Amino acid sequence: MAIKIKKVGFKNYCFKKSLWVFHFGGASCNNCDIEILDCLTPRYDLERFGILLVGSIRHADVLLVNGSINKRDKDRLIEIYNQAPKPILVVAIGACGCTGGIFAEGITFAGPVDRIIPVDAYIPGCPPKPEAIIAGIVKLAGR
Amino acid sequence: MGTKTLIPIGPYHPLQEEPELFKLFCDGEIVKDIKWETGYNHRGIEKLSESKTYDQVFFLVERICGICSTSHPFAFANAVEEIAGIDITDRTRYIRSIIGELERIHSHLLWVGLAGHFLGYNTVFMWAWKYREPILDLFEKITGNRNSYAMFKVGGVRRDIENNKISTIRKTLSDVKKKTDLLTGAVMDDPVIHARTKGVGVLTRQDISDFGAVGPTARASGVSIDIRRDDPYAAYPLVSWKVITAEEGDVFAKVKVRLLEMYESISIIEQCLGGLEKTPEGDIAVKVNEIPEGSGTGRAEAPRGEVFHFVVSDGSNSPVRHKIRAPSYVNIATFKKSCIGQTISDATISLAAVDPCYCCTERMAVALDINSGRKLMNAKELIELSLKRTIELKKKIT
Amino acid sequence: METDLVIEKLKKSFDTEVLKVTKKSERRATVSVKPESIVRIAEYLYKTAGLRFIIASALHTKRGFEINYHFSLDSTGLVLNIHVIINRENPQIESLSNLFNASNWIEREIHELFGIDFLNHPNQEKLISEGNWAEGVYPYRKEFK
Repeated sequence: MAIKIKKVGFKNYCFKKSLWVFHFGGASCNNCDIEILDCLTPRYDLERFGILLVGSIRHADVLLVNGSINKRDKDRLIEIYNQAPKPILVVAIGACGCTGGIFAEGITFAGPVDRIIPVDAYIPGCPPKPEAIIAGIVKLAGR
Repeated sequence: MGTKTLIPIGPYHPLQEEPELFKLFCDGEIVKDIKWETGYNHRGIEKLSESKTYDQVFFLVERICGICSTSHPFAFANAVEEIAGIDITDRTRYIRSIIGELERIHSHLLWVGLAGHFLGYNTVFMWAWKYREPILDLFEKITGNRNSYAMFKVGGVRRDIENNKISTIRKTLSDVKKKTDLLTGAVMDDPVIHARTKGVGVLTRQDISDFGAVGPTARASGVSIDIRRDDPYAAYPLVSWKVITAEEGDVFAKVKVRLLEMYESISIIEQCLGGLEKTPEGDIAVKVNEIPEGSGTGRAEAPRGEVFHFVVSDGSNSPVRHKIRAPSYVNIATFKKSCIGQTISDATISLAAVDPCYCCTERMAVALDINSGRKLMNAKELIELSLKRTIELKKKIT
Repeated sequence: METDLVIEKLKKSFDTEVLKVTKKSERRATVSVKPESIVRIAEYLYKTAGLRFIIASALHTKRGFEINYHFSLDSTGLVLNIHVIINRENPQIESLSNLFNASNWIEREIHELFGIDFLNHPNQEKLISEGNWAEGVYPYRKEFK
């Protein structure tokens, strides 16, 4: 009995639920980092959707990037992206992740995230509220 | 200067196996030396400041650190107002202090949660962060944002706290006080926490003086430095509170100091609210025409210690030089003393005890063998080791 | 009052080294001194007068590199700035890090940002510039015409 995986679209099927998320923080002020973590705390509680923050990029379905990337981080971001199992969804969070924010004119700025790796979704804000982050990820997963 | 968020959480944490800030060189179980690398978070803020007008710099310095986001605008405002010789209104003083103290409470709660996590008490982490939420809601009601409030400007504040909001603030504070009682009781009486934190990561008075450490890190070793009392600004000369110190200098003393400071902050806010009611609504700014030539020093007591801003002006619209020193800059260096000689399993809690501001530090540590330089364990494993030790102690004690 | 006393004592102990005193208020004062005397003055302030080292800040002006060493007398809230000017062509000054650890990092940072050499610093290695900018580049220096 053949399993009709091709017709269902195996990859898309896997992405529908239970996203495992890996977080990479660039040179950030940590506001976004804390709001991301806030999503795990009892008030917002992303875990009930099966969304977990994982410790290794090799287990992740989604790569969250925030912070303005400085020259020292750039190589690491590229390495992380290369190590990530494809397909991977990349989300740029916060004003710094999307465009570099107010640090874009700094002397060590190495370009917003989408100049370094391809980005699938942007969640702007400084910092974006947990509701915005959740809405963004849910929208991305439902795509 | 931190790159990645190093808020490691339970079985899920955003740590990677990349160059860490702290390399702990270990001989067997004992940490013998510490090396650190930084620069991952360098954004050239001091240089950026020179290309912005004074008004714009407030938005810039708020984003130096998200957790102590008010203390930088506070110190900067103090510095610029000193150059221009501006006298701010009483209502401004009260509003500034209220925002500063609310931030202290939410920052200490955040830290208590993290410390609980490093010790293996994930429930403490979840509770503490849950009890932070009402304070963030309060910030949103008063200032419009949960973090980065954009409240400060030269000569005053941007938004008023209308008198009709005062009862909401009072109600939230009384809730927070009850929850703080709960948390304090749970933490201070737990024998396993005593066993894990007493005598660990000790800093003596001499260490504090040698490194120039500030804030709760210094106060927990008996060195009573508090900029709110020593170099008063905003509403602090108008209210009264106790400066909390402890003598032992270990991690437990640091926990105690932070928990008890939350009560003092609540008391200061209540006094400031009383002061607000006595001042005319809307009297929140003085007109400032220009910033003359000169230099000014502004200091503020952030949740982590003394924030220092030094501004040099040449009469134009932008600062010529803006030197910023966050408290973590001096506090983190004390790791050299507090971690050496400890076991690896105590390393994470010792490091966390000075409350490094994550944007001033990096992800935690990695342990290396002192003879071969071989990596023994990464940060995730260090935290797991810390958890294991708690479980062992629990078995012994209960 | 206290501030005047502190400054008087400093002037008495270092009569020839003190170049200028500017007192802005009871809690803010700046004392300009000769660069060669910085270690002895810092030792006096730290060990005898009981001040705490806050941080050092450097500034590039037409007169050269101006460094302000900021000290705090916590019992009165005084911030005492010890100000030195060193020349642009060969910027160097004795390091304070053999006296106390508080200045270790900031001297390394100033070295990377301005190119000032801190003599006898225990470990004048890179602090923040690795990967961020090249050797020999000093981003906080200004170009004066």
